[in-house]
Amino acid sequence: MKKFMLICLVALFAIGGAFASGQNESGTKHIGVAIPSADHGWTGGIVWWANKRVKELEAEYGDQFKFTVVTADGPSSQVQAVENMMAIGLDYLVILPHESAPLTPIVKEAQASGTKCIVVDRGMSETDFGYVNLAGDNPGFGTLSGEWMVKEMVAKGGGNIVCMGGLPVPIDKERMDGFFAELDKEPSIVNLLGKDKYEFANWSTQKGLELMETFLIQYPKIDAVFCQDDDVLRGVLQAYKESGRSDIHTFLGGAGSKVVMKMIMDGDPLVRATVTYHPMMIADGIDYAVDVALGKKSADFHEKSSPTSVVIPSVLLTKDNVADYYEADSIY
Amino acid sequence: MIFNKTGTLENTGTKFNWRDYTTLIGFIALFLIATIMGWPYFLRSRNLITLLRQISYTGIIALGMTLIIISGGFDLSVGSMTAFAGGVAIFAMNTFGPDSGFGVLAAILTAIVFATFLGAFNGFLITKWKIAPFIATLGTMSIYRSLVIYFAQAGNIESVNQRYGRIGSGVFLGLPIPVWMFFAIAAVLHVFLNHTRTGRYLCAVGANEQVARFSAIKVNLIRFIPYVITGFTVGVSAMLWSSRLNSMNPSDCAGYELDAIAAVVIGGTPMTGGRGSIIGTVIGAIMLGIINNMLVLAGVSSYLQQAAKGVVIIVAVLLQYKK
Repeated sequence: MKKFMLICLVALFAIGGAFASGQNESGTKHIGVAIPSADHGWTGGIVWWANKRVKELEAEYGDQFKFTVVTADGPSSQVQAVENMMAIGLDYLVILPHESAPLTPIVKEAQASGTKCIVVDRGMSETDFGYVNLAGDNPGFGTLSGEWMVKEMVAKGGGNIVCMGGLPVPIDKERMDGFFAELDKEPSIVNLLGKDKYEFANWSTQKGLELMETFLIQYPKIDAVFCQDDDVLRGVLQAYKESGRSDIHTFLGGAGSKVVMKMIMDGDPLVRATVTYHPMMIADGIDYAVDVALGKKSADFHEKSSPTSVVIPSVLLTKDNVADYYEADSIY
Repeated sequence: MIFNKTGTLENTGTKFNWRDYTTLIGFIALFLIATIMGWPYFLRSRNLITLLRQISYTGIIALGMTLIIISGGFDLSVGSMTAFAGGVAIFAMNTFGPDSGFGVLAAILTAIVFATFLGAFNGFLITKWKIAPFIATLGTMSIYRSLVIYFAQAGNIESVNQRYGRIGSGVFLGLPIPVWMFFAIAAVLHVFLNHTRTGRYLCAVGANEQVARFSAIKVNLIRFIPYVITGFTVGVSAMLWSSRLNSMNPSDCAGYELDAIAAVVIGGTPMTGGRGSIIGTVIGAIMLGIINNMLVLAGVSSYLQQAAKGVVIIVAVLLQYKK
């Protein structure tokens, strides 16, 4: 009985394989997009942008491409989702991995079976095979934030700043290091928490609010606040509003949420800029796959023995350019 | 053994027993440490009021949680429930009264009624279908969170009614409204726990379900009630928090369950149930707030803050269980 089952299984795989290769030759390229399910604002934006771009490309190219977008709530379900797509034949895989390590084997397997892989945002934990790593620029994010903050503060004669980070994870550190590298160049700016020191706001509105309340009690004169994230900024602004104080002239969050972009567009006196680390990057990943398929971009990366890195630069948004990035329907 | 437990049961009556005093001693010690570490800011009235407001959201929930734990139960879903109820409340307001006082009323009622219903659902799973409280609420924790994220498509649920924001950031007689709510609910539940028959039944059921059943107590009903009350407290907290920012982010309020449980335990209510005190929970919640506040004021490395918090929780509980 066991043997019979095994034979059936093998037969099934063989047929499946035949189907898969048959489909590959039919001319329609299958592009699979594997992303985390929406569990907070930023991943919500990822899902929104992936679906939006896929719809646009479907309308533009029709039968030339077949898109599958799968969301997963954890690494193991994402592995399964990729396996399922591979089972029906996959030419391109655009993936924003839940976590690098658990997803690496399946992406490697996909690459080995001929699927061209574009990994968005974070890299894989092994780098001995060929894929495109399309990632946001965390140090650049920090540098841009720092440069703008220094410029704004120096214009008002320097002064006191308090800073918040996200969580103690590598990307957070890259951002904060980039930020403080700029800040340290300017002697007229005093970090009230001590040189290069900051508190973690956990990328949470509530934590940002609580921290800001405490800072406002502790420091009688604050000129600027850097909190690295636009969701946190909401809480920070609420605490400032409730305190009734009027000493702070500059607030800077980051990532580029819709609410904050709108504030900048409407000329808010306190919030005049944000720096993008935008969920739109998943759309860039899908575009990359399409460009390769259309021959606009080289497919060489697939044969290389190391990943090809493509950096999506962070952009400083101010009143001058924010309208180009604002999407009224976006959820982030 | 049974005798012993019934003995303690009677002690939870009107008098302060020695366990309440250890909570108080721990509180005073922590307060002194905070005064020194956070000098001179900690003692400023504005800091203390801010601190009270910060803890009132989880504190209110911890009051309901105290009753659940006394009855021998457990609830992990309160954080998700808060986000869910808050989101639905704002949705109701935007639908029924985008710019009227009626909309605000709709939001308040929706938050409270809806959360009470969610709490009752937990109670139903646990008492009717006999699912262990830990498992049942672990399940609903995922369900409630997932539903609110789906409902909002992970975006912010924004209120369009500017009046709603006045409740959460409002101040009455020098104290923020959330703090008044915290103390008011604490007073009501204190009386409920210590001066009503149902309150005493809660302790009896938590101490020994079998004995309670033989004493003709409707065990299922008594175990059901605290989940409904917790749903109510969650509703109040959801209303207060969503009106504070006049919006609700579906990922907000994560981890409320752990802070609420910590407050209950620091306050001297044992996880095994059977006894406990609302006043203790109030003190426990304030102690948690003091810890957070003083670590930031003292500039303790932000990497170490969680460790310091953990140590204080363990020490506070150790003090209480020492013979």
